[in-house]
Amino acid sequence: MDFELSREQKMVQKMVRDFTENEVKPIAAETDRTSQYPAETIDKLFQYGVMGMCVPKEYGGAGADAVSAAIAVEELSKACASTGDIVATHNGLCCAPIMEHGNEEQKAKYLRMLTEGRKVGAFALTEPNAGSDASKGTCTAVLDGDHYVLNGSKIFITNGYVASVFVVFAMTDPSKGTRGISAFIVEDTFPGFSVGKHEEKMGLHGSPTSEIVFTDCIVPKENLLGQEGKGFKIAMATLDGGRIGIAAQALGIAEGAMAEAMAFAKSREQFGRPISKFQNTQFVLADMHMNIEAGRLLLMKAAKVKSEGQRVTLDAACAKLFCSELAMKTTTKCVQMCGGYGYTKDYPLERMMRDAKITEIYEGTSEIQRVVISGNIL
Amino acid sequence: MAFDNMKLEDFKGVWVFCEQREGKLMPTDLELISEGRKLADSLETELCGILLGDKVEGLAAELGGYGADKVIVLDNPAYAVYTTEAYTDAICQMVEKYKPEILLVGASNIGRDLGPRCAARLHTGLCADCTHLDVDTAVYQDFLKDNSVLAPERIAGTDKALVMGEKKDVTKELKMTRPAFGGNLMATIICPRFRPSMATVRPGVLKKGAFNQAKADAVQVIKEEVAVDMTAIKAQVVEVVKEARKLVDLVGAEYIVSIGRGIASDVEKGIALAEELAEVLGGVVGGSRVAIDSGWLTADHQVGQTGKTVHPKVYIALGISGAIQHKAGMQDSELIIAVNKDAKAPIFEVADYGICGDLFAVAPLLIESFKEVKNS
Amino acid sequence: MKIIVCVKQVPDTSGKVAVNANGTLDRASMQTITNPDDLNAVEAALALKEQTGAEVIVVTMGPPPAEGMLRELLAMGCDRGVLVSGREFGGSDTYATSQILAAAVNKIGVEAEDIVLCGRQAIDGDTAQVGPQIAEKLELPQVTYVAGIEKEGNTLTVKRALEDGYMTIKVQTPCMLTCIKELNNPRYMNVADIYGCYEKSVEVFDYNTLKDEPLIDVNKIGLKGSPTNILISFTPPQKGAGQMLEGCGKETTDKLAGILAEKHVI
Repeated sequence: MDFELSREQKMVQKMVRDFTENEVKPIAAETDRTSQYPAETIDKLFQYGVMGMCVPKEYGGAGADAVSAAIAVEELSKACASTGDIVATHNGLCCAPIMEHGNEEQKAKYLRMLTEGRKVGAFALTEPNAGSDASKGTCTAVLDGDHYVLNGSKIFITNGYVASVFVVFAMTDPSKGTRGISAFIVEDTFPGFSVGKHEEKMGLHGSPTSEIVFTDCIVPKENLLGQEGKGFKIAMATLDGGRIGIAAQALGIAEGAMAEAMAFAKSREQFGRPISKFQNTQFVLADMHMNIEAGRLLLMKAAKVKSEGQRVTLDAACAKLFCSELAMKTTTKCVQMCGGYGYTKDYPLERMMRDAKITEIYEGTSEIQRVVISGNIL
Repeated sequence: MAFDNMKLEDFKGVWVFCEQREGKLMPTDLELISEGRKLADSLETELCGILLGDKVEGLAAELGGYGADKVIVLDNPAYAVYTTEAYTDAICQMVEKYKPEILLVGASNIGRDLGPRCAARLHTGLCADCTHLDVDTAVYQDFLKDNSVLAPERIAGTDKALVMGEKKDVTKELKMTRPAFGGNLMATIICPRFRPSMATVRPGVLKKGAFNQAKADAVQVIKEEVAVDMTAIKAQVVEVVKEARKLVDLVGAEYIVSIGRGIASDVEKGIALAEELAEVLGGVVGGSRVAIDSGWLTADHQVGQTGKTVHPKVYIALGISGAIQHKAGMQDSELIIAVNKDAKAPIFEVADYGICGDLFAVAPLLIESFKEVKNS
Repeated sequence: MKIIVCVKQVPDTSGKVAVNANGTLDRASMQTITNPDDLNAVEAALALKEQTGAEVIVVTMGPPPAEGMLRELLAMGCDRGVLVSGREFGGSDTYATSQILAAAVNKIGVEAEDIVLCGRQAIDGDTAQVGPQIAEKLELPQVTYVAGIEKEGNTLTVKRALEDGYMTIKVQTPCMLTCIKELNNPRYMNVADIYGCYEKSVEVFDYNTLKDEPLIDVNKIGLKGSPTNILISFTPPQKGAGQMLEGCGKETTDKLAGILAEKHVI
């Protein structure tokens, strides 16, 4: 497999890197401190075609591939994992299922909204009693003439209180378990839609997470995404792709943390020399570098497989599992390397460490990734 | 009369374009006249100022006092305010008529508009933004000995240059030295095949000489006229507005005076001193984290890990100990000066010049010394 | 209406500047970037394009790899590129460079409504000469140090920065302006134009393409057409370790002020 980036992918990398350095990095600490959704940044990311970048040009997107999408999230997450998360969710969990499973009318309407229309997208699967086990969902959708009526609530929804377009999963036939799940495109303006509790989280403070609630919510029949009963398949296929986004986010966090720690180690003097001159520091950094390289290769492999339209379940799970654990380990070690300074908010490392933790949890916990991997190899 | 600027022997004399704004000479004019005097002496030739403006003949004496033998004056209301077209026409016609061998122009925003345009019309070489000029080879080589890391044999070889494949004696050439890449590299440029050799010279770099009343009285004024049709000018100046210097932000500032914990005993006075020192240098005030967290300065002044990363020409740290977070934001400054009571303060490790002392005593002296140097 | 923007690829001096043993710049070891002021010119052109629908053409003189820079500018939204490249153009100083670029601009064609834009100066040479010299050779009016542009018909109202203020200048098109960083904030590339910039045209103008241009005269291009020669280039002595000045009285501050004056930093 050729891991050399294409010339367009290199340009995307350069562009998002510049953007991150100038627009994202300077406000990352403030975004975290105030739990403020970075609205201006996201609006610029729409303007520059990063939001909705994989949507084909005929639907208002930029026509980018999955590798470029992963690179964009990685670069943003080097400075601000919240921004990376918002983008990854919009692209991977909302635009992607509509692109892949939507009919012509749905694509023409919603993909334009999610690109040129500058409306943020979200993905609503998790419920209070249905996390890793989606078959226990209690959110229902009942066909009534020309529309469905949705009832129930979804929690931990990334982009929850800023999104306008949601890909929602609800039971059309609870008796069938996962085969009774259907997918819908729901707009925040539909009657009966409301935003519930905003979550206060350990990290990822700039990423708007909330509950969304359906109370006799009227969803037009034509907003059924795919066929009735195929929702679980759509959800799983979407998550396969979404996990590449989380792997990219996690890798970005690890890289960002290592860069900060390395700069510190070069300038911090103890016992008469920079701590980077001590072999202990050097070995820690060597291991970090090696693991980041390994994570990048897993990520690139998954992104390439996805770009080529092949089944990516196993590769995406491997990349997501490895990179999220890498992010947690790397940030922890970086905080340690910087000692007291690393623990303070003067440095971004403690934030990166808090942000890293979620990557081991959402879009399938590390345990679920192991289930997926073992299920695919045994 | 054809103008053949490759007939080098036809060209004699050193010229300085003397820029005026609102009928007043620019300080650089006098620096260039003083420098031009030295070059003219090396070449045993005359120094001539060329002055365009509206009723500016009276300025000629001052130019004479600093060394000009002659001043060509083009007095015309059309020249009151600089326009590229009218000035270029006038200068080029005068050069073609009198054939100077050297033409110096101040590297102001106007000089750098005029110089290249004239050089293009005259088909000659212009070295931009020079910081050092020499004709005399021995003096030039001494300059190289002090200001370069060149081996002696390479310095000795600068009396000749390879010009169009031939070794040529350049001992009578104007050697124009300028920095490139922010001063990381210096280059000396010559213009050996065409005349005049043109240079724009960075303001404030060359020294103004002493005023000589007898020379001022003796200056010869040559009045010249060139036809100007102001209605034909395609880039018309509508207005000229003077502005107070805008407060630049830390990142773009060339001079930064920063304060830290050291001002705690008298915060108001400490800030006032920093502001005055910054004003003298034409810079801005910054602060360490302590200065911001204590509410002495607003957050936009903060230099360091959590604040801005700066790289001014000169960074002056007053009463800043130099915590690693602070150093991260300022250690790439071109020149760092630290004032601190504690001789062991880490800030001295990154400082180019350190003064161990109380900032409340040292800062006023710095202000005085800088003012004196700036006014001299 | 066309806007022709002249741009230069330069070594990135924001990092370490590498110098060869003989005192010349080690360009090979340095990253290249689009000259910063030129990006302000590109941004000005793209803003005018949004206002007027003008076609934006970026022109550069340089070796074949400079095409990469042109593609990046196309990925910002410029419409087409011209790469002026040829052995005959090598060794050109600013005079000869502007002669060749003026010929290239002339070949593209400057019509009544058109505007030629340059950056104020390039960070590798800081000469600020090529813009005005192109203007002279094309007999166009020029405004340098441009910090604001307003277009109304064929008249541009331009804010020209001075050291102590500014001039407002009205200039007729066609004309040449050099742009400074105060003019605008250059945009980034955008993903849609990145995925499309390789379909846009980048024409190569070599000596044969330009040889019939009136400005192309063997005596005015390349080494032979360059009036200036580099006598020598050198590195200044390395910055020594810091020094503690003795004392803290007026003699000390006088000494420091003297050192700074000698270094021309104040």
